[in-house]
Amino acid sequence: MGGFVPHVILLAYVVVACGPILMIVMNSFKSRQAIFSEPFAPPNASSFDLSGFETVFERSRFELYFFNSFIVTVCSVFLVLLLGSMAAFALAEYRFAGMTLLALYMAVGIMIPIRLGTVGILELLVSLGLVNSLAGLVLVYTAMGLPLAVFVLTSFFKQVPKELKDAARIDGANEYRVYSLAVPLIRPGLAAIGIYTMLPIWNDLWFPLILAPAENVRTVTLGAQAFLGQFVTDWNAVLAVLTLAMLPMIALYIVFSKQFVRGLTGGALK
Amino acid sequence: MSNTQPPAPPDDVGAEVAVKASPVRPAPSAGRRPRQRFRLHLLVFLLPAAAIYTIFMVYPLVDSMRLSLYAPQDGIRMFVGLENFVHLLTDDLLSARFWNAVWNNLVFFAIHFFVQNPIGLLLAALLSSATLKGRSIYRTLLFIPTTLSVVIVGFIWQLILNPIWGIVETPLLGQSSTALITLSLMSVWQYIGIPMILFYAVLIAIPDELLEAARVDGANGWQTFWRVKFPLVLPTVGIVSVITYVANMNAFDLIYTVKGALAGPDFATDIMGTLFFRTFFGFQLQRGSSTMGATVATMMFVLILVGVLLYFFVYQRRVEHYEL
Repeated sequence: MGGFVPHVILLAYVVVACGPILMIVMNSFKSRQAIFSEPFAPPNASSFDLSGFETVFERSRFELYFFNSFIVTVCSVFLVLLLGSMAAFALAEYRFAGMTLLALYMAVGIMIPIRLGTVGILELLVSLGLVNSLAGLVLVYTAMGLPLAVFVLTSFFKQVPKELKDAARIDGANEYRVYSLAVPLIRPGLAAIGIYTMLPIWNDLWFPLILAPAENVRTVTLGAQAFLGQFVTDWNAVLAVLTLAMLPMIALYIVFSKQFVRGLTGGALK
Repeated sequence: MSNTQPPAPPDDVGAEVAVKASPVRPAPSAGRRPRQRFRLHLLVFLLPAAAIYTIFMVYPLVDSMRLSLYAPQDGIRMFVGLENFVHLLTDDLLSARFWNAVWNNLVFFAIHFFVQNPIGLLLAALLSSATLKGRSIYRTLLFIPTTLSVVIVGFIWQLILNPIWGIVETPLLGQSSTALITLSLMSVWQYIGIPMILFYAVLIAIPDELLEAARVDGANGWQTFWRVKFPLVLPTVGIVSVITYVANMNAFDLIYTVKGALAGPDFATDIMGTLFFRTFFGFQLQRGSSTMGATVATMMFVLILVGVLLYFFVYQRRVEHYEL
């Protein structure tokens, strides 16, 4: 193939992938009239308009939704990485009766969608008094993220050289100290799993809708869903909400895209 | 490939674990070390993860399946065996909804399968070519839709496809003949980054000697792709398809966002996830039922299991796996 054709195809698909997003972001900064008269034109001095964003912050508690999503995502990812790496370390490092069974038991959760247990989860959270709480969401998301984290991090820990760990033990380090020495060595694995766990949690609609629909614990995704349903005819507000909900994730992804792709391709990066 | 598994479930999830983990230690007499005393640190390392996973994922799943065998009678739950399943599969109204959702869900998956794989493979092949400039920029841009929330994706396309905006004239999401296909393509648009990146990972791992050998044998680029690269990618096509199938079978957010829980027009876009939601929570005139909801969820589990087993026993056996 010549050097020209691949670029044409790839650029065409970049337009397909990013065009719609760009169109939404662009139009969110335009006046209502300009949105409809020239949907493809970028905002200029005469069409520039922030009324959509004003509506969003006046009529909904978007900053609170952001805060809730942030708390839930950060706590869940932290717990998945901490508890997942602890369990993975034990599975990689020690030999004990039933370890194969335990590894399998954890791995089964990779293939079974947790949503199928929603009826049971709701009943459990009702009995624990955790409905409409961020803590309830964090616990469910942590359970959802652990199987893959344990599975992947186990194979990362198996590659940490044995000499390092044994040297630490000879120097009198206890097992917890050995774990804390091994964790920094699997940073690529932690980064990949961190991003992987984060995306579906931040973007989830199902569990917030069912387990935490109350206004004060709403996440961005649910808040956007509710707001969009209510303001469906106010295009400025709708476009502004979409822009607000999209940009943080896209920015974060672009910053970490190398680690992300590396995680998906098993460390290879060409 | 290096040993660091990518965080996508490998094609042999169960087997991999079973093989990698060392066998359970035989009786103390045969072991290298004498029987160890109770090791507290093992408990400290393993218990938190195992407990949260068990309490918040495994137990609710098992409990949901148990609940599917009960039905409320005079305010208390009574054991009714498989009655809920019989009801779901034979009751005039319910079974029509159920089979419609199963069918729509299979269509939803089929569109993913037939659109995602060829386009994903094409993009991956272009991205992995040795001479391409600006590779990382392309890779980053092409993956952006995958990072968005489904709610956002639903609304982006609703705006763009809205006849008011005049970019598209026909109400694609409003007609029962086109609504499901349109929604499926919206979902493909969002998730195509995943097959693309996974295929790409396989393609860049192919040793240069192999491609060099093909060239020396007189193969042109086209032949090299179909005879060398494509057979190596096929196992990954299988994995991607299983992941997609499982995700499609419990999809919900997109339909709910764009069409609401009623999945209109006239249930044309109703899939298992929306049926489950309505059965569990009720809508309009129908009262929700947690036991019937659990029954629908259990049927979803069965459908997923059948799909995954088909893959393991039919596809994996037929496709050649090459060690690189």
